[in-house]
Amino acid sequence: MSPSSTDDLAIEARGLVKHFTSGKSVTKAVDGIDLTVPEGTVLGVLGPNGAGKTTAVRMLATLLRPDAGTATVLGHDVVRDADKVRSVVGLTGQYASVDEDLTGTENLVMLARLYGFLGGSARARSTELLDAFGLGDAGDRQVKTYSGGMRRRIDLAASLVMSPRVLFLDEPTTGLDPRSRNQVWDIIRVLVADGATVLLTTQYLEEADQLADKIAVIDHGRVIAEGTATELKRSVGQGAVHLRLADSAQRARAAELVATVLGAEVSLANDPYAFSARVPDDGGPAVARLLPALDDEGIAVPEFSLGQPSLDEVFLALTGQPLDEDPGASDDETIEEVA
Amino acid sequence: MATEQTTAAELRAPEASALREAVALEHRPGRPSPVSATLTYTWRALLKIKHVPEQLFDVTVSPIIFTLMFTYLFGGALAGDVTTYLQFLLPGILVQAVLFTTIYTGYTMNNDITKGVFDRFRSLPVWRPAPIVGALLGDTVRYTIASIVTLTLGLVLGFRPSGGVVGVVLGVLMLLVFAFALSWVFTILGLLMRSPNAVMGTSMMVLMPLTFASNIFVDPSTMPAVLQGFVDVNPVSHLVTAVRGLMAGEPDLTAVTWVLVASVVLTAALAPITMRLYRNRS
Ligand SMILES: Nc1ncnc2c1ncn2[C@@H]1O[C@H](COP(=O)(O)OP(=O)(O)OP(=O)(O)O)[C@@H](O)[C@H]1O
Ligand SMILES: [Mg+2]
Repeated sequence: MSPSSTDDLAIEARGLVKHFTSGKSVTKAVDGIDLTVPEGTVLGVLGPNGAGKTTAVRMLATLLRPDAGTATVLGHDVVRDADKVRSVVGLTGQYASVDEDLTGTENLVMLARLYGFLGGSARARSTELLDAFGLGDAGDRQVKTYSGGMRRRIDLAASLVMSPRVLFLDEPTTGLDPRSRNQVWDIIRVLVADGATVLLTTQYLEEADQLADKIAVIDHGRVIAEGTATELKRSVGQGAVHLRLADSAQRARAAELVATVLGAEVSLANDPYAFSARVPDDGGPAVARLLPALDDEGIAVPEFSLGQPSLDEVFLALTGQPLDEDPGASDDETIEEVA
Repeated sequence: MATEQTTAAELRAPEASALREAVALEHRPGRPSPVSATLTYTWRALLKIKHVPEQLFDVTVSPIIFTLMFTYLFGGALAGDVTTYLQFLLPGILVQAVLFTTIYTGYTMNNDITKGVFDRFRSLPVWRPAPIVGALLGDTVRYTIASIVTLTLGLVLGFRPSGGVVGVVLGVLMLLVFAFALSWVFTILGLLMRSPNAVMGTSMMVLMPLTFASNIFVDPSTMPAVLQGFVDVNPVSHLVTAVRGLMAGEPDLTAVTWVLVASVVLTAALAPITMRLYRNRS
């Protein structure tokens, strides 16, 4: 290992390109992506369906050969030193990649053996992981009987058999209910606290915001913005106030008042009780005057918040296309417990 | 009962401390040897047979049906009596049963690819051919089962090979060697085609003419000249001649050599193609 300084890069990609040709049409799945992930940090790759997230991850995890560009993981080239890369990375693909016909234990014992654990130590490793992932009781059942959340966990456990120093997680929580999602988030936090470097892709702003040190927003195979969540938000504007009134009949008057006090435009929400307004650059003191002014008019404001713009607004500003905000609501896959 | 189990497992959120310990692996083992990696994949293939015993259904039932059908349908007409025909037919039907079983190689492989299991295999730091060679070795277990079923039925019906136990075992071994070599055709199909069923369909189209236009069922000297020409170059005919000879205790050395050479050539030519497809499969 090289002497480690804090800015050692775990993942570095330069000009990665992957185009798929079928017949006459060419899909520019990844079209020149640069990424850098310092050791021990989390990079969130955020992008809508078809942005090229999976293709990028597959190239970094040595499953797909780039058409152009280079990438290294802990200093190993993903094409020339693919085998070295494989021995330091773990991958949890977008779709579960454990064998559904085998039991949880059999899957993990098999992987442990393939990573070089011999005889009894493979079984011990499997038991340790199953217990740690809350699957101790399910080890002897075929994976096809697992619920969606359990499948994700066994899949994560499978990627962690030899405690990789770099972990790729492709949409680790898509299709999970909020409780399972929180469990997966907790697992990721533990891994990171333990020093792992994580590259995770997601379509959910909240997820990137919660877990990632840095976010790369990608669309149509290109990185269209990069930075911390705060930086990305700041690049869009100062922030906004969000109000929710007790009485919807008062909304028009309240909105007018807020517009006057702030000197900014107001946008009405679908919710008839709520509206929000952008805070102008020097709008700090005006924000402080808002509540007393509303109170003077006899308008009750049970909910008031001042926040930076949401990543959703960031995405809209960057791509001109809004993103799905609520992971739970927009899923086509629903995950239930097996009966 | 299943419901109760699920709920219990579902409710137990992962313990942060257990998790921390599990990921903080003190001692990383070294890479497994190619042999150990291959055998691990073979073990997986056997586990799949254990968990999905239905996949043995085709392997056991179709040889039974074919043997019964051809013995009693054609036996009288072709050879005068059923027992005489059986001595001729059984080694051939055995070859057919095993060759049809090789199709599953491509089918299972394509299934693994479509389901993403191969992605995980390809992301492991092991000897690259291990998943494929391991699966093929696991498949030979299926071939062996198909052989045993067919032979047992044959013995019950009156098959009395003059080659004795040694001849029969050698015949089966010869067949397994060739089946292993032929499987590489199906691994290639498995890697190239889009769905498991497409693999199945295509493989059938390849195997049907090879097995029926051969010397499995009738002596080619009764066939029209054109067909005879094909039967004579058909690799399946050579295989059947070799297996028949060994089981009858009169080995046809030309056919045996032919089969062994063909097996080596098939493997040498097709295994690298399979590996290249496996590496580059996107
Ligand atoms: N093997 C392939 N052959 C042809 N086209 C492909 C292949 N893999 C991906 N693509 C195309 O490349 C583009 C990017 O796909 P990719 O799977 O990387 O997107 P993604 O960001 O992961 O999307 P999602 O959020 O839906 O998973 C898509 O238009 C997809 O159809
Ligand atoms: Mg994807």
